[in-house]
Amino acid sequence: MAVVITLCTLALLALVVLVVSAPLRAQAERRAGGGEELDGEAGAAGEDEEREQDSEGRAQEREQLEVARETKYREIRDAELDYRTGKLSERDYRELDAELRAEALEILDALETEGATPTDASAARSRSRRTGPRRRPSSG
Amino acid sequence: MAGLGFACLLLALGICAYGIAASIYGVRAGRPEFSDSGRRAVYALAGVLTVAFVVLELAFLRNDFAFNTVADTSSRTTPLQYRAAAVWSSQEGSLLLWAWLLSLWASAALFLVRRRMRDVASYAQAVLLGFGGFFVALMIFYADPFATTRPAPPEGAGLDPLLRFPTMMIHPPMLYSGYTLCTIPFAFAVGALLARRVDADWIKAIRRFAFAGWLFLGIGILLGARWSYSELGWGGYWGWDAVENASLMPWLTATAFMHSLMIQEKRGMLKVWNVSLVLATGTLAIMGTFLVRSGVLNSIHAFGGATLGVPFVCLIGLLIGGSIYLVVSRREMLRSENRLDSLLSREAMFLVNNLVLVGLCFVIFWGTYFPLISEAVTGHESSVGPPWFDRYTVPLALILVLLSGIGPVIAWRRATLAHARRNFLAPAMVALATAVALLAAGLGHKPLAVTMFCCAAFVFASVGQEFVRGTRARRAMAGESAPVALLALVRRNRRRYGGYIVHLGIAVLFIGVAASSSFQHATELQLRPGQSTKVGAYTVRYARPTASITPKYDRAHTGSTLALGALLDVSKNGRHVATLNPSQGYYASQEAGQGTVGSLIGGQPVSHVAIDGGVTRDVWSAISPEIEAPALKRIVEAGNRTLGPDQAPIALLYLVRSYLKSPPPANFHFIVSPLVMWIWVGGVIVFIGGLIAVWPAPSTIRARAAARARVPRRLVRA
Repeated sequence: MAVVITLCTLALLALVVLVVSAPLRAQAERRAGGGEELDGEAGAAGEDEEREQDSEGRAQEREQLEVARETKYREIRDAELDYRTGKLSERDYRELDAELRAEALEILDALETEGATPTDASAARSRSRRTGPRRRPSSG
Repeated sequence: MAGLGFACLLLALGICAYGIAASIYGVRAGRPEFSDSGRRAVYALAGVLTVAFVVLELAFLRNDFAFNTVADTSSRTTPLQYRAAAVWSSQEGSLLLWAWLLSLWASAALFLVRRRMRDVASYAQAVLLGFGGFFVALMIFYADPFATTRPAPPEGAGLDPLLRFPTMMIHPPMLYSGYTLCTIPFAFAVGALLARRVDADWIKAIRRFAFAGWLFLGIGILLGARWSYSELGWGGYWGWDAVENASLMPWLTATAFMHSLMIQEKRGMLKVWNVSLVLATGTLAIMGTFLVRSGVLNSIHAFGGATLGVPFVCLIGLLIGGSIYLVVSRREMLRSENRLDSLLSREAMFLVNNLVLVGLCFVIFWGTYFPLISEAVTGHESSVGPPWFDRYTVPLALILVLLSGIGPVIAWRRATLAHARRNFLAPAMVALATAVALLAAGLGHKPLAVTMFCCAAFVFASVGQEFVRGTRARRAMAGESAPVALLALVRRNRRRYGGYIVHLGIAVLFIGVAASSSFQHATELQLRPGQSTKVGAYTVRYARPTASITPKYDRAHTGSTLALGALLDVSKNGRHVATLNPSQGYYASQEAGQGTVGSLIGGQPVSHVAIDGGVTRDVWSAISPEIEAPALKRIVEAGNRTLGPDQAPIALLYLVRSYLKSPPPANFHFIVSPLVMWIWVGGVIVFIGGLIAVWPAPSTIRARAAARARVPRRLVRA
C-alpha cells in the first residue's frame, strides 16, 4: 500500500510539474528555435519585445473602449425605455439621447483611431451567422 | 490512502507557494510565461485538492474508521447520503471543502479572463493562491483531515442527529461556494489596485462572480433558515445567531455592490465606494469562516475544539490593513468621472439603498461582535439578543423594501418632479388602500407589520406598473401580442427586469417575515392523550402516543435508536385541518456508566418537528415526552441490571409497550405562524430574478441591439 501511495504521489507531482511548467517550456523552445542571436539580432529581438508590449497595451486600450461602447449602447437603450415607460418627458429624453449619442460617438472615434472598426466588425459577425444561401426570386 | 491525501495537501502547499512567486514575478518582470505558469498553478491546485477530497469522500463511503474524522462523524448505521455529506460536518473536512471550492471557482474565473487583463489577473491569482495556501496550511498544521488512528475502531460515533436533514446536506457547499466566490472579486480588486488599472474592464470581469457569490450565499442562508425552522425544535427560522449573522453581512455588502456597480458602469462614479465594498465583502466572508472555527463566539453552528483563532485573526488583520492601504494609496485614480445629476434619479436612490444596506451590515456587525468588544473594553463579556437586533434592523428593512419599489419608477440621470409624481401615484394609492384595508381588519396593533405590508404592496404595484408599461411600449413598437411582447421585453432587458423580479421576491419574503413574526400564536403546555388546547383559532387534540425503534423503522433515517411521539388532530371551527406526528428521537451514547440499556438512548435527544404547511399558515409542533417518568425509568434500570449489551435492545420493546399502553404526560410546543411559506417562495423568486438578470443575452440579440443603438453620425452632427 505504501508503495502504491508513493507511486501515485510521484505521478501526481509529475503531472503538476508538466502542467505548471508548460508555458515556461514553450517560451524556452521559442527562444531556442530562434537560433543564436548576434548583437544586431539581439537588438531586433529587444525591439520585437517592445512591439509586443506596445501591441498588448493597445489591445488593453481597445478592450476598455469596447466595454465602454457596450455600456454606452446599454445606456442609450435604457434611456429610450425610460422615455417609453413614462419616466422621462420627451424634451428630457431628446436632450439625454443626444448627450449619450455624442458620448458614444467619441468612443467610436477612439476605437477607429485604435484601428478597430467595431460597427463593421459586429455587422460582419452577424452576417456570417446567417445559415443557408439566400434564394433569388425567380424571374418568369 | 490517508497518506495519499496528506501528500496531496503538501503538494498543494508547494503549488501555492510556487504559484504566488511565479505570478508576482511574471507581472513585475514583464514575463508573461511566468504569469501563465502561475495561472496553471491554480488549475493544478484544483486538481490536487480534488484528489484529496475524493480520498476523504471514499473513506466516508467505505466506513474507513482509521480516519479520525470518519470515526468522529460517521458510522455504519448512518444512511449513505448522510455519510457522503458527513465529509463537511467536521472542522477538518469543512476546511478541505472550503479550499477545494476556492480552487475550483478560482480556476473558472482565471480561465474566463485568461486572454485579458494579464497584469490584474496575475496579482489576483497570487491573492487566490494565498487564500488557498492559508487553508491548506491550516489543515497541515492544525486540523488534518487525514489523521489516522491504528488500529481502527470497529465503529464510528455517527453523524450528529441535528445534521441528518436534507437541506443540511447542501447548506455547507452552498454557503462555502458563496464565501469562496466572494473572494474572487476581492482578489481582482486587489489586482486592479496593484496594477493601477481601475477601469471598467475588471468590473466587467468580476461582475458574474460577484453575482454568483451573492446568489450562493443567499441560497445557503435560506437553506440554513429552513433547517432551523424544521429541525431545531424552537419554531423559528432566524435567531440572530453569530454564525447566521456572519453569512448575512457579506450578503448585504454584496447586494450593495451589485447596485452601485451599475452606477460605476454608467457614470464612472462611486469607484472608491465600489472597491471598498468588494474588499469588505471578501473580508467579511473570511471573518464568517473564522467565526465558525475560532470558538470566540457561542453558536450552535460552531465547530467544537477550536484552535484556529490566532491564524485567522492574523489573516483578517492583513486583509483589513492591506485593503485600507491600497484604497488610500490609489485614491487619485479612483476619482469619480462624473457627479450626481439630480437627487431625483435612480443613481441617487441606489446610493440611499447602499447606505441602508451598509447601515444594516454595521448594526449586525456591532451586535454580533459586541461580546468581544465589551470584554476587551470592560473585561466582562456581554451579549445582545434578538430584541436588540430587531429594534435596529426592522426600521432599516422597512426603508429597504420601500426603496426597492421607488427605484424602478425613477429614471436614470434625472427625473422631473411631474413625471415622478405621475409614476408614483398608482403604487402610492395601492399602498394606501392596503393600509386602510389592514386597519379596517383590526391589525393596527402591529404598526411595523402593517407598514411592511404597505411597503410590499407599493413594490408590487410599482414593479407591476413597469411590466405593464414596458409591454405596452414594446407592443406599440413591434406590434406583438401581449405575451410575446412581455417575453421579448424581458429577454432584451434582462438586467432591468430580472432586477425587478428580485425586488418582487424580496417584498414577498418580507411579507412572510413580518406576518410570521408579528401574528404568530405560540403556546407551551403539558397534555395527556385525549386532552386538547386552543392555539389561536385552532384546536389541537392529543389523539394517541406513537413510538418506533431502530433505524430500520425510522422513515426519516435519522438513526435514532428510539423515537417517542404523539399523534395530534388539528381542527378549526370543528373541521379537521391536519394530523401532526411530532416525536423526540433518542440516540446511542458513547459515555461510560450509563448501563447497557441507558447507553442505547442516553445520547443527545433531538426533536423531530411536525409541520403542516400551507399557503396561509403553518401549524408547527414539537414534543418532549417524559422519558424520566417512573414506569419508563424502572424499565431502563431493570434492563441495565439484568441485560447484557446484545440483549439490551429487548428493553426498548418493553419501553415502547409501556409508553403506548400508559403514556406519561408530554410537553408540547405549538405554533401557528401565518404566511411562513412565502419566505421560501420569496427566496425562490429572488433566485429566479437573479438568474434572469445575469443570464448573458444571445449574441444575435446583442448584435441587433447594438445595431439599433448604433449612432447615426449624420443625425447628430446635423
